[in-house]
Formats: sequence, C-alpha cells, structure tokens
Amino acid sequence: MAVSIAIKGIKEGLLVTVGDGDWAEAGPTLLEKLREGGEFFRGARLVLQLGGRALGAAELGKLRTSLGDLNIQLWTVLSESALTGNAAKALGLETSLPKPPAVTPELPPIDPLEDGSEAILVQHTVRSGRSINFPGHVVVIGDVNAGAEVSAGGNIVVWGRVRGTVQAGINGNAEAVICALDLAPMQLRIGNAIATSPKRRGKPEPELARVKDGQVVAERWKPNEREK
Amino acid sequence: MGALVITVTSGKGGVGKTTTTANIAAALAAQNAKVVCIDGDIGLRNLDVVMGLENRIVYDLVHVVEGTAKLRQAMIRDKRLPHLYLIPAAQTRDKSAVSPSDMIRICDELRTECDYIIIDSPAGIERGFRNALAPSDKVLIVTNPEVSAVRDADRIIGLVESEQKGPPSLIINRIKADMVKRGDMLSIDDVLDVLAIDLIGIVPEDEQIVVGSNRGTPVALDEKSRAGQAFRNIARRLAGENLPLMDLDKQDGFLARLGKLIRPGG
Ligand SMILES: Nc1ncnc2c1ncn2[C@@H]1O[C@H](COP(=O)(O)OP(=O)(O)OP(=O)(O)O)[C@@H](O)[C@H]1O
Ligand SMILES: [Mg+2]
Repeated sequence: MAVSIAIKGIKEGLLVTVGDGDWAEAGPTLLEKLREGGEFFRGARLVLQLGGRALGAAELGKLRTSLGDLNIQLWTVLSESALTGNAAKALGLETSLPKPPAVTPELPPIDPLEDGSEAILVQHTVRSGRSINFPGHVVVIGDVNAGAEVSAGGNIVVWGRVRGTVQAGINGNAEAVICALDLAPMQLRIGNAIATSPKRRGKPEPELARVKDGQVVAERWKPNEREK
Repeated sequence: MGALVITVTSGKGGVGKTTTTANIAAALAAQNAKVVCIDGDIGLRNLDVVMGLENRIVYDLVHVVEGTAKLRQAMIRDKRLPHLYLIPAAQTRDKSAVSPSDMIRICDELRTECDYIIIDSPAGIERGFRNALAPSDKVLIVTNPEVSAVRDADRIIGLVESEQKGPPSLIINRIKADMVKRGDMLSIDDVLDVLAIDLIGIVPEDEQIVVGSNRGTPVALDEKSRAGQAFRNIARRLAGENLPLMDLDKQDGFLARLGKLIRPGG
C-alpha cells in the first residue's frame, strides 16, 4: 500500500504530512510529489510531520540534500519519536513550530447595566399631573414642573429645572443622587431621607443632592472642583 | 379641509373659557368669517347665556348626537352677526351622552360649511374635556395669573401634547396691572416661565366683561373696551395675522411695558 503524503500550505510554510509506511518508499514518493509541483514549491520552507516514524540523522540529512536540489528548504521536523527529534536537532533543524503569539487577555466587557439597573431618557418637560417611575436611573432633558413626579430606583439627572417631586433610590438606596441644573423641588427624597427646598437666594446653579449622615444635602456643582 | 377647529380649555374652572369662546367667535364673525361655536359643557351650559341666545334654543348637541335633530336645526344664528352660530349643550343630560367620536363626526360635517368651529370645553380632564379635544386642530389654553390656574394649565398642556394635538397656545386672562406691579400677582413672564408655550394673547381684568356676559353682548363687539380689544387681537392672530403683542396691546402704558417681556410672534 502506498504511503500517504499530504501537502498543505500553512502560515509558517509548506506542511508535509507523511503517513505510516516504509521510509524507503515514502522518501522517494515525497520527493516525486514535490518535483511534480515544480515551480509551485520552489523556494518553499518545509515543515515535515513524520508522526511516530523513527529516522536517523543520515536519512534526514539525505532528504535535506534532495530537497535542496529542488530548491526547497527543510526547516522543521515534527515527530513523536525521540530518535527523529534528536537527529533533527543534530542537523540544526527546528523540531516545533513557533508558538502563536500569546492571545492578549480580553478587557473585561463593559457592563451596560451598571449596578444592574437600566436608565431611561425622557426628552421633554414633565408637566403637572405626569409621573415617571422607573426601577433604574432616570434622565430628563427638560424641566420637572410643579405637580409632576419622578421616581427612580437609581439616580435622577435633570437637564433643566426641578420644581415637582423627585425621589431617587426608592428602594431604600441611600447612595442614590439627584442632580439638576436648577434644583428647587417641592419635595425631594433619597432613600428614606426627605427634604423640601429652602427658598432660593440668587441665581440658580447646577446642584447635586445626596444623603450625608442621614440628611439630604445639596452641593453646588463647580466646574473646577473635583468630586471628593 | 375647510374649517379650523379650535378648542378652548383650561383645566381649572372659572378662568374664562366661556368668555373667551364667545368673544373670539364674535370677533372672528365680525371680520366676516363664518363661525360655529359648540358648547361642550353638557349639563352646565352657559355659552348660550354669554352670547345672549338662551331663549332661542330648541335643539341641542345631544339631540344631534342622538339623531333627533339635524345639525342645521341645532345651529342657532346670532342676533347681530349673521355668520355666527351656536350649537348649545344639553342642560338636562350629562357628559356621557356625547363621545369623542360623536364630536369628530359633527365637526367633520361642519368643516366644509364654515371657517371656524370653536369648542368651549368644560373644566377638568374628564369626558367633557376629551370630547372637546378630540376634533381639535388648535388648542387654546386659558389661564389666570395664579399658581393654581397655571398648575392646571400645565397639566392640560401635558395631556394635549400626549394626544399629539400640536403645540397649544396660551391666553392669560384677568391680569391686573397694579397687582403685578406690587408683586402680588404672577407676571406674564412668571407664567410663561412655567408653561413654556406660545402666548397668543393677554386679557386684562375688566368689569365690562361681567356686564357684557350678563347682557349677552360679548365685549369684543365694543370698540372702546380694552378687554374687547385684547380678544379682537387674539382673533386676528388666529386668522394668521402676525401682530406683535407689544404693539397692539398697549392701550395703556402698562401693557406696553408688559409687552417688552413677551417673546414676539405670540
Ligand atoms: N378678564 C376678565 N375680567 C373680569 N371678569 C372676567 C374676566 N374673564 C372672565 N371673567 C368672569 O369670570 C367668570 C368666569 O368666566 P367664564 O364663565 O368664562 O369661565 P369658564 O372658564 O368658562 O368657567 P367654567 O369652568 O365654569 O366653565 C365670569 O363671571 C366672567 O364674567
Ligand atoms: Mg364655561
């Protein structure tokens, strides 16, 4: 039975896999196949997969010379046989393919649901009599008018004025915050803390309300100050 | 398409919807437009009184809806203005006698026959309001310079917006110059600051309105009345004229000064 010879192009060169069988037969068959390829294999660098076959340095050296005549470089010998491996090494051949570059560890995926809660965007003024209730965060682009109610399991951000009732962290989350360009709600709750707005003096400024020591405090947002 | 259907509403009661309906209708009809008013306040009708037509009522809106009367039979022609008609509300029935789709059907039938259909909405946000809103092309919100009236107007605006009726316009009624000056009354700016909609007119507090309503003669027909002038201006703006508020409302220095605070084009 003829020895099977498979030739395949791989990234590193030309991979030739020699099946089981007598080397006396396999060697010439291999050379014959490569010669048939003619120009196509010229200049190729060859990776020889020999499986468990045991070959000595003499046989490998002879093969190398014959391949050289065909302008093919014997570069690597892959084998499970220690004898073959040593012979290849003695001839200065490679015995393994270079390891593929280590896969860069992937960045941890960004969690789109921070704190496990989603946000909704309300892109209009919330007028009197309307209420918005959401288990996640709520973002309003517009005002929250007197008589309107916005409640969120998470935070509330209002790009506008707050005059109505706003409740953040409705499930008791005291870490929640409420921020607005102009924060003067009828009533504001964060977690279990409740506050009403004091009469405003002067111009409205962006503020962020949070709970500190069980009390709601509103801090002015100053562009040049980093959050503590 | 025919007529423009205008709904006059407010949320809060007693702010001047009926007064506004009667006066704008009279002012438009005086300019030769054909106008049909519909009293949407079933059970508490009074547009007929303000227009001075109560003694002519034979059929009303509910008769039309129920098919006991033809639309034409329920249209009462005004005493003075030949192009002005009223379809009165039923006094003895409640609002459930009419549905929003009835209103749409009736207005569609009228649309080809007139230039304006003006619907006087009842107070509140219930069925009567829904009826008045359903066929509307243009919503006029009437408010007073008072916190509670503005709050209710805000609520109504939210409802109108959610019905995709297009941006409503605002009429601020019963403004008193001296009170605003003393800071005892919300100013035009205060009201606009909250409601943030197009302002189509400001009507001053005017005793003549009460007198006119009792006599069944809308002040809009009185050349000398300040409130009448304000309603005539609103009518002209509805008809598409671009009257800046600052020029035409300055019968006295007060409104001229107020006008400066108002965005033009209202
Ligand atoms: N600008 C004004 N100056 C003085 N009085 C006014 C003015 N506008 C309205 N009024 C008076 O206020 C009262 C209420 O007005 P009107 O009936 O028009 O309100 P409405 O909104 O239709 O009320 P309702 O909600 O009961 O239908 C009337 O007595 C009317 O004459
Ligand atoms: Mg009324």
